[in-house]
Amino acid sequence: MAEIEHYTLNFGPQHPAAHGVLRMILEMDGEVIERADPHIGLLHRGTEKLAEIKPYNQSIGYMDRLDYVSMMCNEHAYVLAIEKLLQIKVPKRAQYIRVMFAEVTRILNHLMWLGAHGLDVGAMTMFLYCFRDREPLMDAYEAVSGTRMHATYFRPGGVYRDLPDSMPQYDKSPWRNEKKLKSLNENRQGSLLDFLWDYTEIFPACVDEYEALLTENRIWKQRLVGIGVVSPERAFQLGMTGPMLRGSGVAWDLRKKQPYDCYAELDFDIPVGRNGDCYDRYLVRVEEMRQSNRIIRQCIEWLRENPGPVMVDDHKITPPKRADVRENMESLIHHFKHFTEGYCVPAGEAYAAVEHPKGEFGIYLLSDGANKPYRLKIRAPGFAHMAAMNEMAKGHMLADVVAIIGTMDVVFGEIDR
Amino acid sequence: MKKFKQFVNSFLLVELLKGLMVTGRHMFSPKVTIQYPEEKTPQSPRFRGIHALRSYPNGEERCIACKLCEAVCPAAAITIDAGVRESDGSRRTTKYEIDLFKCIFCGFCEESCPVDSIVETRVFEYHFEEQGAQILTKEKLLEIGLIHEEQLAQDIEADAKYR
Repeated sequence: MAEIEHYTLNFGPQHPAAHGVLRMILEMDGEVIERADPHIGLLHRGTEKLAEIKPYNQSIGYMDRLDYVSMMCNEHAYVLAIEKLLQIKVPKRAQYIRVMFAEVTRILNHLMWLGAHGLDVGAMTMFLYCFRDREPLMDAYEAVSGTRMHATYFRPGGVYRDLPDSMPQYDKSPWRNEKKLKSLNENRQGSLLDFLWDYTEIFPACVDEYEALLTENRIWKQRLVGIGVVSPERAFQLGMTGPMLRGSGVAWDLRKKQPYDCYAELDFDIPVGRNGDCYDRYLVRVEEMRQSNRIIRQCIEWLRENPGPVMVDDHKITPPKRADVRENMESLIHHFKHFTEGYCVPAGEAYAAVEHPKGEFGIYLLSDGANKPYRLKIRAPGFAHMAAMNEMAKGHMLADVVAIIGTMDVVFGEIDR
Repeated sequence: MKKFKQFVNSFLLVELLKGLMVTGRHMFSPKVTIQYPEEKTPQSPRFRGIHALRSYPNGEERCIACKLCEAVCPAAAITIDAGVRESDGSRRTTKYEIDLFKCIFCGFCEESCPVDSIVETRVFEYHFEEQGAQILTKEKLLEIGLIHEEQLAQDIEADAKYR
């Protein structure tokens, strides 16, 4: 009888389940994975190096493009790092706006993850429902920043502009009569806060729907339970963070453990899993969506009652108001200085980490006192998770690899940066 | 008892039927599809689409060649040459180009412009038919500005109190 040897399978980088440009060399024994070797770097754009050659503010837009499904959370870490070096205190309202949008981003990210993960594992409907429910949040992004994804909204010292008082409306079209148009615009009559409030009222029911489709579903359970088990000890050793760590039963959440911005004032729970398999991580993320919903509601309530500045009033760091620039010579000078030279950050180093939807997203900044960073290091959660690929996939079937990639929630923008 | 319930449920496909009920309900619920291009999703006054250079009502271009936008552009997509205009001796741009392949639509040019000259319109649907057409020259930018002036003025007005 002929001796059967292992054979190598090339997975990706064009595979639709590879979530972007993951290339994996799988050493297979029949249909069982013997070794999984992820190859990364296909989406490398040199963000860290690019940040070294431009003033601090100009890199904000590049942070959006790291993890391109949780844009504002990336910005959040970056502006927090700069603020740490500058030692400035951000107005309360700006903190609440930031936290609110960080949580909106978390829901956006988890919905994207749930849809894609469902699709990978075979639940087509999930993808449609998740994308339907992402849409109002995208509209909120658009209303506040002008773009649906790459917002460039957070700034060191606050946020660019205050929340708008009105929402854009749907226009007349041959497809909808007056009555239907009115119902379409119904939740857009008030401010952005009213719009988001309306969403938070409906959203828990949407999550219930997802759970009705998946949580007890036997196919879903067969595909996820017991797949990619990580023990809490191993999760620590592998540097896992976020839902990957919480899925293994460790209640570690930067929002609670080292609260940044106004998280300390908000009331929310950290869901933890028990078995550390794909199914537990699914449950953790679903519960996180509900908790984010809770946080958004608290933020909205606070923001409704507390108007105020959304930007530090130090024009050495932030640009002056537009009306002032027109009338005041000094403001005009500040305006020109801000947009050409930027601001100098005192020499030193700072590490700011946020609880990104995927885990701990950190920015390490080294400044030599110039108006651009001397070195910027990005700590991407997905990178550490990807490194655990071999360990998680070993001994599983080929089809489980897809489930494991899905559960890691990898996005190559941040891993390859 | 729980075990027994589970055992019975495993034959009755209860959870699958529950899922089917959800999808069934959605089959009869109103559709959320937006019939593009007849219908479009709403755009806020802050929307960042293709660029335009605005002019004053008397036809004079707003841009004063201060080059702030060129300096602030993270992607170095804007190229400006300045010089003296022959007709009246004022300082103006002799070249103003935006490379749309480089542009990341961050909106910094609009934010930095002291005279509201370079702006981003609501136009997000455009295409290029030949190589090199992605570079928006000064003429093209001014033309886009003229076409959308009414909307642009409205949007800037609507957003003025936040900036």
